[in-house]
Amino acid sequence: MAIKQRKLELGVLVASLALVTSCKREDRPFQTSAPSAEAIQFTRMTDFRAGGPSISGNQPSPAMSADETPEEKEFEENAYMVGEGKRLFSAFNCVGCHAHGGGGMGPALIDDQWIYGHEPAQIFCTIIEGRPNGMPSFGGKIPSFQVWQLASYVRSLGGLVPGDAAPGRDDDMHGGPPENSAPNQKPNDSSLPKSAEMPK
Amino acid sequence: MKLFDGTLAARLFVGLGCALISLIAWSAEAPPFRNTEEAEDGQWLMPAKDYANTRFSGLKEITADNVKNLEVAWTFSSGVNRGQEAAPLVVGDTMYVVTPYPNILYALDLNKSGAVKWKYEPKPAAAAQGVACCDVVCRGAVYSNNRVFFNTLDGNVCAVNTKDGKEAWKTKIGDINIGETITMAPVVINGKVISGNSGGEFGVRGWIQALNVDDGKVAWKAYNTGPDSECLIDENFKPFYPQDKGKDLGVTTWPPDKWKIGGGNVWGWISYDPELKLLYHGTGNPGVWNADLRPGDNKWTCGIFARDPDTGHARWYYQWSPHDLFDHDGVNESILVDLEIDGKPRQVLLHPERNGYLYVMDRKTGEVLSATPFIRITASKGVDLKSGQLIPNEEKEPHTGKVIRDVTPISPGAKDWQPSAFSPRTKLMYFPNQTMSMDYEGTEASYIVGTPFVGVNEKMYADPVDPGDGSRGAFTAWDPVAKKRVWRIKESFPVWSGAMVTAGDVVFYGTMEGWFKAINAKTAEELWKFKTGSGIIGQPVTYKGPDGKQYVAILSGVGGWAGAVVAGGLDPNDGTAALGFANAMKDLPNVTTKGGTLYVFKLRDGGEKK
Repeated sequence: MAIKQRKLELGVLVASLALVTSCKREDRPFQTSAPSAEAIQFTRMTDFRAGGPSISGNQPSPAMSADETPEEKEFEENAYMVGEGKRLFSAFNCVGCHAHGGGGMGPALIDDQWIYGHEPAQIFCTIIEGRPNGMPSFGGKIPSFQVWQLASYVRSLGGLVPGDAAPGRDDDMHGGPPENSAPNQKPNDSSLPKSAEMPK
Repeated sequence: MKLFDGTLAARLFVGLGCALISLIAWSAEAPPFRNTEEAEDGQWLMPAKDYANTRFSGLKEITADNVKNLEVAWTFSSGVNRGQEAAPLVVGDTMYVVTPYPNILYALDLNKSGAVKWKYEPKPAAAAQGVACCDVVCRGAVYSNNRVFFNTLDGNVCAVNTKDGKEAWKTKIGDINIGETITMAPVVINGKVISGNSGGEFGVRGWIQALNVDDGKVAWKAYNTGPDSECLIDENFKPFYPQDKGKDLGVTTWPPDKWKIGGGNVWGWISYDPELKLLYHGTGNPGVWNADLRPGDNKWTCGIFARDPDTGHARWYYQWSPHDLFDHDGVNESILVDLEIDGKPRQVLLHPERNGYLYVMDRKTGEVLSATPFIRITASKGVDLKSGQLIPNEEKEPHTGKVIRDVTPISPGAKDWQPSAFSPRTKLMYFPNQTMSMDYEGTEASYIVGTPFVGVNEKMYADPVDPGDGSRGAFTAWDPVAKKRVWRIKESFPVWSGAMVTAGDVVFYGTMEGWFKAINAKTAEELWKFKTGSGIIGQPVTYKGPDGKQYVAILSGVGGWAGAVVAGGLDPNDGTAALGFANAMKDLPNVTTKGGTLYVFKLRDGGEKK
């Protein structure tokens, strides 16, 4: 009797465990639109501000460390978007310089260093505008929608998107653990690299 | 009559004196074809020391017996913490050092322990860093006729007056917007400075070109893919083997138009035989690494050209690796020596090739006399000496979406750019090399101008079989006549520095941990070592200082493809980082950090320490 009770308890436990884990699945809306251009208009590179943190005058307040916009959040909670970003990351030859996140000619993307910022809008800008130490500008070459997809995948390399949206397997030989097991890092938005230093 | 005789004698004497002085002055201007103990002038005018690329110095104050008394004479910080692959030059009482990007040229006063005489800053475009495949290195400068010549990462050739460091001219010959950089050291031959482009990872079409030393105007330019007219191939082109004969093979051995993005770059070493009037240069890997995407022999990539240095016209060609499968660039140095092969004196070139074979070739005709493996090779099954063809190993042929395991040599080859030395005393070659293996997979690749054109996933690791103890590099002494290894010193990391050997029978090299070593050239005995501040990937040189003493100099500063994991701050948790090299170098950041310092050594005054 006691054993039977035990078995039942165990069964309930296993079932509820399965229920709990299966609950954690991607919740995808029917339509996901790309963040608007507004999101990227005021991207700043630094938190260091002349005149202190308060804003005065007629200039808008560019939010650097602020949370992502709702659109950005929705975008990278969508496994399809991140997965497409992964495909494009190879198709647009990002992989040639950044490898599968470890870097090469370009800096590593799986570490916690983000020279030009880790927010989706900042990564979007980096891809569109290019950066002075060798990152080419892809502006006018890749549709904005795909750039957002790329940005979300780049963030997944650093463990910055939800695990249920990040890719979990590779079709090719991969260098390290899959994106969905990337440790959720504390991003460090460092300053521009010195001259003669490759962006890290 | 007697008086007249005396005057004549005096005139003769003065005339002879003048001739002698001009001879001495002339000898300071041009390096010898092949250096000897007798020809040694105590200088170092070009990275390879001489046109034959021996890296042999006739100086012998430092010997196997006393090298243990070497100590630091002075040091100099280059101010640039990237891979230091350059050889310092020594002309008279001045040393010239060129740094990696941003390619600063320093003139250092040897009378004042390396005090800066002047510096020249070419200010190359920062974006060039993004199209430099394998760190932002520069392999050195060359001296000729009161000028120092070198190439900048962003594709300029600079001529700088040694007197005051002022720019004589600067000519842009490369375009970073298509992925073109220049990393090689130029050579000066008969009044022309000769350079080639890098960019084999960007689908850049390879070329070599000659600029007039006086004004920097382009004298000739030869492509290594495309129609004969652009490759400077004419009726005087006489390759030894039939597979290299025919019209426009640089077009017909490619899928339509693929030669336009076909690589075959020139970023290694150039040697020159003034008697035969031929220069020798290798050609790099074909564009897009994934060989599925470019069926054919892909001429004239992964081979060697003999060209007329005055016109650039090709005289012969041989292909080390037709239809290259693994990024086995053919740009390594060719050392020009005369050896007795099978009882006959032959004018040969010795070429330790990335594909793992040590080639001994007749440098007049391009005939392969022998091709002997100097590491364990799985990628191919040998070289057929009758046809000259590399025998492929189908088992190891990579394809799109298929991972092949245990391929050796790895993409950087059995030996990469790191130049070897040859001693006329021991008749041995000394070369640094890799002992590694790799997993390799082809992937789809899109050609987008200015971005990498590779199409391969790769992971490298220590060769599990030979030596099989986890070591990834070696320093090898090789007998090219007996076709066998004489000795080998195993090193934990690939030996990415060059070699240099002296008439004191000491051979020098550095390790990626930062040890600078002196080895007995005959016995492999380690005689002396010194720990520098960063890993060494530079080229050792030796010279006679203004005080008449022998000095040895090396740049310390880890980097290059092998050291990118440290120099570029890469994350080796992704084994495919640095095109797969990071996988094998995960422990390098534990043993060294970035650097950029010149070390100069001499024998301790008064001999041994008491």
